[in-house]
Amino acid sequence: MSGGCGRNPPPFPDDEDQERAELDTQVLDSDEDDEDDEGEDIFTGARSKAITPTSAPDEGDIFSEEGSYVRSDVHHTTNGLHSDEELDLFTEATVELTLTNTTSQGRREIIGPTVSACNTTHVPNSILKPSIVTKTMEELKEEESGDQFELNIAVTNPEKIGDGMNAYMSYKVSTQTTLPMFLNKTFSVRRRFSDFLGLYEKISAKHSLVVGKEFLMLTLVGKEDSSSAEFVEKRRAALERYLQRVVAHPSLLQDPDVREFLERDELPRAVNTQALSGPGLLKMINRVSDAVNKMTIKINESDNWFESKLQEVENEEQLLRRLHAAVDSLVNHRKELCSNTVVFSKSVAMLGSVEENSALSRALSQLAEVEDKMEQLHQQQAFSDFFILAELLADYVRLLGAVRCCFEQRMKVWQRLQEAQSTLQKKREAEAKLLWANKPEKLQQAKDDINEWESKVSQYERDFERVTCTVRKEVLRFEKEKARDFKQHIVKYLESLLHTQHRLVKCWEAFLPEAKAIA
Amino acid sequence: MMQEGLDDGPDFLSEEDRGPRAVNVDLQTDATLQVDISDALSERDKVKFTVHTKSTLPNFKQNEFSVVRQHEEFIWLHDSFVESEEYAGYIIPPAPPRPDFDASREKLQKLGEGEGSMTKEEFTKMKQELEAEYLAIFKKTVAMHEVFLCRVAAHPVLRKDLNFHVFLEYNQDLSVRGKNKKEKLEDFFKNVVKSADGVLVAGVKDVDDFFEHEKTFLLEYHNRVKDSSAKSDRMIRSHKSAADDINRIASTLYTLGTQDSTDLCKFFLKVSELFEKTRKIEARVAADEDLKLADLLKYYLRESQAAKDLLYRRGRALVDYENANKALDKARAKNKDVLQAETTQQVCCQKFEKISESAKQELIDFKTRRVAAFRKNLVELAELELKHAKGNLQLLQSCLGVLKGDT
Repeated sequence: MSGGCGRNPPPFPDDEDQERAELDTQVLDSDEDDEDDEGEDIFTGARSKAITPTSAPDEGDIFSEEGSYVRSDVHHTTNGLHSDEELDLFTEATVELTLTNTTSQGRREIIGPTVSACNTTHVPNSILKPSIVTKTMEELKEEESGDQFELNIAVTNPEKIGDGMNAYMSYKVSTQTTLPMFLNKTFSVRRRFSDFLGLYEKISAKHSLVVGKEFLMLTLVGKEDSSSAEFVEKRRAALERYLQRVVAHPSLLQDPDVREFLERDELPRAVNTQALSGPGLLKMINRVSDAVNKMTIKINESDNWFESKLQEVENEEQLLRRLHAAVDSLVNHRKELCSNTVVFSKSVAMLGSVEENSALSRALSQLAEVEDKMEQLHQQQAFSDFFILAELLADYVRLLGAVRCCFEQRMKVWQRLQEAQSTLQKKREAEAKLLWANKPEKLQQAKDDINEWESKVSQYERDFERVTCTVRKEVLRFEKEKARDFKQHIVKYLESLLHTQHRLVKCWEAFLPEAKAIA
Repeated sequence: MMQEGLDDGPDFLSEEDRGPRAVNVDLQTDATLQVDISDALSERDKVKFTVHTKSTLPNFKQNEFSVVRQHEEFIWLHDSFVESEEYAGYIIPPAPPRPDFDASREKLQKLGEGEGSMTKEEFTKMKQELEAEYLAIFKKTVAMHEVFLCRVAAHPVLRKDLNFHVFLEYNQDLSVRGKNKKEKLEDFFKNVVKSADGVLVAGVKDVDDFFEHEKTFLLEYHNRVKDSSAKSDRMIRSHKSAADDINRIASTLYTLGTQDSTDLCKFFLKVSELFEKTRKIEARVAADEDLKLADLLKYYLRESQAAKDLLYRRGRALVDYENANKALDKARAKNKDVLQAETTQQVCCQKFEKISESAKQELIDFKTRRVAAFRKNLVELAELELKHAKGNLQLLQSCLGVLKGDT
């Protein structure tokens, strides 16, 4: 079945058909005929039945970023400027996707499991008119028992392969899913770091306006001691977050490169990334994530959504940086506390062994043990501080930078439009001059020019509208995701704090009678 | 001998009654002489303590009176005990450490300089934090000075000291100036000589098993306590730093939360509030550890040093006695200055025996006091840690309940 007819073509690149043929996943091939509930439909959508939306069918790459889907009976309005407030209706942990068509009404739900794998797709409400939104809400409520699709990703089991100069770390990427577009329900492959880089390279160009594809591991390229357990763990966790973020985005999940990465047993060695070691890689990543700091171009906007949103993003980035610095400091102080505690514990044990009074001596050695346990608790807490909180913040600081990047790209498109318009103006003036100077032989050329530039201008106008719409939707999708992410992580962090305090209570409860027994 | 504890359990970070808080007297409350510091004033570079005495002893003109004293006058009193031959056989209560607000003042200054780089709320909060820290240090120094006086007042012999009475009663300035450079240099050399001598004296094997054992024990104990004291300080400092970080996290979250009124912002505000509260508890944990553990160790560091000093004095007296004996033998052999030698020998003998007698009791009391103080403080430490951990637990549980309920 097809998805909403009013839906725009899925975010497949142009040569996607050939690619699809190449891939072993029969699922894709069979989908074309498949009318039934296939998760694929959500993504392929209007392949079979498409009501031409108001925007031009020639989507190009910009429009392919469209990650949202509308109901069939909605006349699609490419109006990126629709109200954002409706979004709030749908900020829930489980995000649902409405998929309707004339043949069957099925509700697709893609739910992100607990904390880690955030791969929910988002409700197509950002471009709906208010009345439609309500209807969608009702329908959602009705269909409580709809199918639910899941996608969990984990990166585990770092293993060192090979020896000496050619040794590398290989990670197990496990996927567990009920999405029909995959061959199996659970599968895993082994990937190495350069494979991840390769994936990033492939998708980064195709999805220029997607926030979330960014390879955020600026700190994990090269410099650190790559053999330490801590480094490996940091890298593993970062790779996991990277993949989870990628699949959380509907357009990226659609991308065959992503699916290939997850499914295919042997990936061709990403040759390009070999050259991208250290500085080269950093430059490539920096290009994307360190967006222009000052947007000097001013766009004449009908509403100042973009301007105020950009300001918001910039503010938030600053604050998150500050927050990250504070959490980082906390991690360091806790680590310091760990080492000081262990040292103190040993010292107290020595004091206890010297003490003559036997009950006091025993109590002091018990105290030494308590301090030892505290050290372990501090250690675990520092671990949580870092992996749950600090890394989250670091990621989002950079993601916000990527958001600014999207804004910047929109600026560029607008600029191109402006330039085209001024060129058109010049051409018209030139024509006028020719008319006045009465040079008919050059007139035809001038007219041709004008036609050329007129069509360019209208093309660029459409582009700009599309980009505006896409960026706006992307920003809204991102914000929802960010809210969910933060809430989940912070709740998890608080739970870790809770756990620590529990253990603390136990420690001291055990010690108290010993102290009281001193006589 | 009365039992004394170091810190009588009062919360230095909350208002407490101004009774004789440093004296943990189990058995007899001695109404004949009660000393406490009823008030204190912190001026720019000095602290003025109001020493309040209640006594039924006939030595004093009135039954109740107060004087104002500064730190140097406490030191003067302590030194007068140390230098007096009379008290050679007693453990002299260790002198209170000099009030040190330098670190705190420096922090306040740095805060003032950095005022521009933080929000108004952050600044006010940090200022409050530092002021609380200043107040805590202040209360600690008051307690240390009070403990010193109470130990003296509780000691059956030292309490009768004339200098002590003058200290308590004389309501004019004692004109005790701090030592000038020359005197400090003299002191330095005296200490060098003393420690060299101490090594010599310590090398002399004691006839008495008890003292021989004490010598070994105290030496080792002192070193271990010194080590533990330093390390506990470092540990607690890290703890305080971590609490400060949580403070920054709380205020940044608050700023984030006030940016907008979305769900996420409300979430941030709630979490910020939680961190504010847990931060306060963490700071209290560090402060209580400081009081019950670090201060305990510091005090017994000083007191074990005082006990070592006693042993040194006794050892010195023993050596003198033995030398006098040898001199007497020599004099008798030569039959020259025998009377003088005899007198010297007698004096040395008396001195040595006097010291030995009281020293034994002092050292036994020291043990008892030590065990009692450790027990009290360790129990209180454990109870406070439990209290705070449970408090934290409750805060976290209720906040998590709210947050999970919302989402």
